Amino acid sequence: MLDLILKENKVLSNQYNLLILTSAGKMPDILPGQFAEVRVDGSPSTFLRRPISIHYVDYELNELWLLIQVKGDGTRHLAAMKPGESLNLLFPLGNSYTEPSNLDANVLLVGGGCGIAPLLYLGSHLKNKGFQVSFLLGARTKDDLIELCEYQRFGNVYTTTEDGSFGECGFVTQHSVLNDAPFDHYYTCGPTSMMKAVARQAVKTKARCEVSLENTMACGIGACLCCVTDTIEGHVCVCTEGPVFNITKLKWQI
Amino acid sequence: MANLEINIGKLQLKNPVMTASGTFGYGSEYSDFMDISRIGGIIVKGTTIRARQGNPYPRMAETHSGMLNAVGLQNKGVDYFISHIYPTVKDIDTNIIVNVSGSTIDEYVETAEKLNLLDMIPGIELNISCPNVKEGGMAFGTSCLSAAQVVREVRRAYKKELIVKLSPNVTDISEIALAVEGEGADVVSLINTVLGMAIDSEKRKPVLSTITGGLSGPAVKPIALRMVWQVANAVKIPVIGLGGIMNAADAIEFLLAGASAIQIGTANFIDPTVTIKVMDGINDYLDRHKFKSVTDIIGALGDI
Repeated sequence: MLDLILKENKVLSNQYNLLILTSAGKMPDILPGQFAEVRVDGSPSTFLRRPISIHYVDYELNELWLLIQVKGDGTRHLAAMKPGESLNLLFPLGNSYTEPSNLDANVLLVGGGCGIAPLLYLGSHLKNKGFQVSFLLGARTKDDLIELCEYQRFGNVYTTTEDGSFGECGFVTQHSVLNDAPFDHYYTCGPTSMMKAVARQAVKTKARCEVSLENTMACGIGACLCCVTDTIEGHVCVCTEGPVFNITKLKWQI
Repeated sequence: MANLEINIGKLQLKNPVMTASGTFGYGSEYSDFMDISRIGGIIVKGTTIRARQGNPYPRMAETHSGMLNAVGLQNKGVDYFISHIYPTVKDIDTNIIVNVSGSTIDEYVETAEKLNLLDMIPGIELNISCPNVKEGGMAFGTSCLSAAQVVREVRRAYKKELIVKLSPNVTDISEIALAVEGEGADVVSLINTVLGMAIDSEKRKPVLSTITGGLSGPAVKPIALRMVWQVANAVKIPVIGLGGIMNAADAIEFLLAGASAIQIGTANFIDPTVTIKVMDGINDYLDRHKFKSVTDIIGALGDI
């Protein structure tokens, strides 16, 4: 549990903010796919911590990035934070995405909506390890397609928008790259229907696929058993056994 | 430094702060954050005779100043507890109490018999108040007759400290407390969660897979405090108070209402170190008011 200081609050669109946090001490080691439980102070209707993906970590600048999509009172409070204010985080929590065993593996990181958040850090991690990375990012409109230049630092970026205002028109799972080039490894985070469609593509092409779930949770450390998902081993906590699952472990109807 | 030690029946507690079942796992979940042996007692997750998968997701809904849960006693069963968990908790230098639940009286008795054989488990907390299971659970705790019956049978089988956890979802909780006291309960703990409901108006559906669930957190504290006060005035056995305790001031209110010890539940989810802060806060309060021992403030509301 650490109090971090807000260094910068960047408004990215009318629904996304980027919180850049820093710490007096050194940031702990964080794996791609892990998350933080963020305490929201000063919002009477926000009782529990908010589980938020680690968006990016810059160890040189000692920065932790959180991508906030304003959805309710809790995230509205976070988006209204001012530089210099502190934020209490329980982190890093959960497991992580796993690296492909083979450096030649063709990997695609597929994100929709706020689900793009963990993929930036994952992309940077994979690139540092020598993997060729491609991103496929989807949003409703051009305005919600945020931070593309950040993603471009680590690989090719393919995009879709539902209204066709940028990139290919439609859902990410309709993008031509999915049909043109076979990938060996899919990493995905976003709406369940999108992740299931990616999982279907992976099953069809016998590729590996890891998904990140965002079940509602209370404690974040495996004590309350609220965030469970059904797996071949029964109900397991998304906060400790996940949030990242290989689709072969989940009982999804694909 | 005041004396925080307190005896509850045969249980000796270093301090009156315990953790509530289902909110602290088996303790190890919190050992990264604190020295869990400092806690007066840890009530571990509800345990049943056989493994239970619990209810389907979604099991939780946040509310103003609280949360609803419908976990439904997910656990791996008492045999797994004995073979896999007991060895990891038995040497923790605090009271490890097992919360016991069942669908039938036989299941309660059988589970209690097995736990009776564990040297380092000084007591059990009989859960006759879980609102999230279809059979048993709260059904036993909502009538004097069935509450008395299950306690009577478990009392025959279980020789150590028997705590009975009471449901607030009753007309008169004192009657239930008296009924279980009459059958040999050593201690009563209260309250379990308050039955509630949440609806997603956009989807026009209940939020929880079980439709209803148990409300906990500061939203229930005034109810819990009132019930602790009522029960403490009705029974002779010690009372453990719980329900929405978030800080030392809340805990002290329960002690003043007549609880000999308190449990912290939902607050652990927001601050995993809250138990330590509460025990330090109780100590500060006692020093500030020049009380030598925590026993000085139990039920100390004076003439009212």
